[in-house]
Amino acid sequence: MDLGHVHGELWTVKTLFTYPNEYIYWTIHIVIYPFITGLVAGAFVLSSLYHVFGKDELRPVAKFSLVFSLALLFIAPTPLLFHLLQPQRAINTMLTPHFYSAIAAFNLVYLGYMAIVISEIWFAYREYIVQQSQSRTGVFKLIYSALTLGSTDISEATLKTDHKIVKILAAIGIPAACMLHGYVGFIFGSVKTVPLWKTPLMPFIFLISAVISGVSICIVTYIIGMKLSKIIVDNETVQSMCKALKWFLVVAFVLEAIDLVFHAYLAEESWDILSDVLFERFGFRMFVVQWGFGMILPLILLTIPGIKTLRAFIAGALVLMGVFMMRWDVVIGGQSMSRSLAGFLDYHMPILPTSFEAFKEGLSAVIILLSAPFVLLYLLNLLFPVFQGQRLVKREPEKS
Amino acid sequence: MDLTRRKLLKMGMLSVCGTMIPLGALEIFKPEALASSLVHPYSQKKRWAFVVDTTKCVGCGMCVKTCKLENEIPFDAEVQRTWIERYVLTKKGDVLIDSPHGDRYGFTKNDPEGHDLKDEDTLKGFFVPKLCNHCEKPSCVQVCPVGATYKTDDGVVLVDRKWCIGCGYCITNCPYFARFFHPVFNTAEKCTFCYHRISKGLKSACVDACAFGVRKIGMLNDPDSEVFKIITTQRTAVLKPEFGNEPHVFYLGLDHIVR
Repeated sequence: MDLGHVHGELWTVKTLFTYPNEYIYWTIHIVIYPFITGLVAGAFVLSSLYHVFGKDELRPVAKFSLVFSLALLFIAPTPLLFHLLQPQRAINTMLTPHFYSAIAAFNLVYLGYMAIVISEIWFAYREYIVQQSQSRTGVFKLIYSALTLGSTDISEATLKTDHKIVKILAAIGIPAACMLHGYVGFIFGSVKTVPLWKTPLMPFIFLISAVISGVSICIVTYIIGMKLSKIIVDNETVQSMCKALKWFLVVAFVLEAIDLVFHAYLAEESWDILSDVLFERFGFRMFVVQWGFGMILPLILLTIPGIKTLRAFIAGALVLMGVFMMRWDVVIGGQSMSRSLAGFLDYHMPILPTSFEAFKEGLSAVIILLSAPFVLLYLLNLLFPVFQGQRLVKREPEKS
Repeated sequence: MDLTRRKLLKMGMLSVCGTMIPLGALEIFKPEALASSLVHPYSQKKRWAFVVDTTKCVGCGMCVKTCKLENEIPFDAEVQRTWIERYVLTKKGDVLIDSPHGDRYGFTKNDPEGHDLKDEDTLKGFFVPKLCNHCEKPSCVQVCPVGATYKTDDGVVLVDRKWCIGCGYCITNCPYFARFFHPVFNTAEKCTFCYHRISKGLKSACVDACAFGVRKIGMLNDPDSEVFKIITTQRTAVLKPEFGNEPHVFYLGLDHIVR
């Protein structure tokens, strides 16, 4: 075993003066973690727009976004396990939670939110579960019978109660989703040594970017799902999602811009080197990719009237890319200026899994983690069909 | 009773003021408040503190080397519990800072940041040894999600290697970057003031290793300790006080270019 090998050495390149112990300690998994939790929060908020605020045009995606939110939620903590150097001790956060630390609240926030999402799905699908438990055979009959939890009454009165409960759960879920993601922002905002993160706006910036990414992934996945199952995309639904996306995009942009303006105007001790990071080292990624292609271009696409599937798809995909870039710029950008304010640290993500560490911290792990929610969505869809119970118009066979 | 709004407000204000005055008077009887003007704050505090006299440091790196051997940090690993930084101000006005290998091999050449400097190009140059500041309000302890890092009653900040989950939150939240991941144990690691030595009446390994008397460790409540004497009679400074951590490594001869 190479005793001289230090965690962080593999991907950190130092220039000028950095402290000897300074490396990029929070790497790609801390980029993916807020990205996935953001998607959870956003997808849930979208489903709540239908359940709570009665946005009827969102009905076709209400169940889909709810189940997708659960699939994402299951995966959300896995990047953290990849990140931990002692993942087998993750349970310690529950055994001896130290509540002065933002991370200690993770289990409570996460499990609380999980309980809300699971119970909402159960109530939303109860009728379907009961029907399936009676009509299906074999393993599925067993699974559905177990899922009924002994409640087989699907009279009109009980279904009405179900709807009511779903509505209440969706309403409680909105502040819970905001908590879940605002809290992720707090983890960063409360790190007092990183000037880029140290702003009370952080929870709000993370929250709003979460919503835009969640709505976008629903737009993108919905369109792909419809195309794959050869069903006509409900244009009204897409337009409604795009409208929500547009307004949240404006808020997200304003918040991020305010943050930058304040850093620049206050021009504290760290600004010299921070501006170097933002405008030079991360200039292209931040202003061209994250802001230009991730926010301004989609905003233009969404503002031009008469939005159609293709334009919505492109805008959604661009926003997703932009939000991922934003997580990258915040997490890696924040650490790429030395705490000595006299040097830089560059992050080079390991691409090839040449060692266990290179696999765990590299591209292979990223691909696994980012595709896992889709695999899980596919599996969950087998049990809880996300587009079931709607009057779907089959695409007419093309005339030859 | 005929209670008008005017009467109610009047009586309310009177009773509030009436209770506040005698409550305020109680402050006088608080023993701490009385004692605060008589007793020196340091002499009451049973707490370890460290003094670094940068004016005496020659950058030989013996302290760094000793620390690595004493505390079983793999010698070739590019992480240190203590390290020495070199600061050079050139005539051009450039500030050159470096700490190659944390100075465990000593500074042997006049080549800050790889620049080949002549003596006449230099305005001033000096060395600054660094280590964990064992803060009174350690921001690393604040953010540990499992309480694996903690402050002892005598003010030393330690890490429980058996309980640390390796999230790196403490490392990120230390203004001094005194923390790192141990290459073998894969848990957060840092200077302990050599707690295994000082609690037995010995001195920290780096203190013993320094031939120039740069490093001193002692109790703040011991009027005979050198640390107490220096802190109470000389003009000392701490690193990065703006973070509010109340660091307890006190420096003599600190300069504004020190990071």
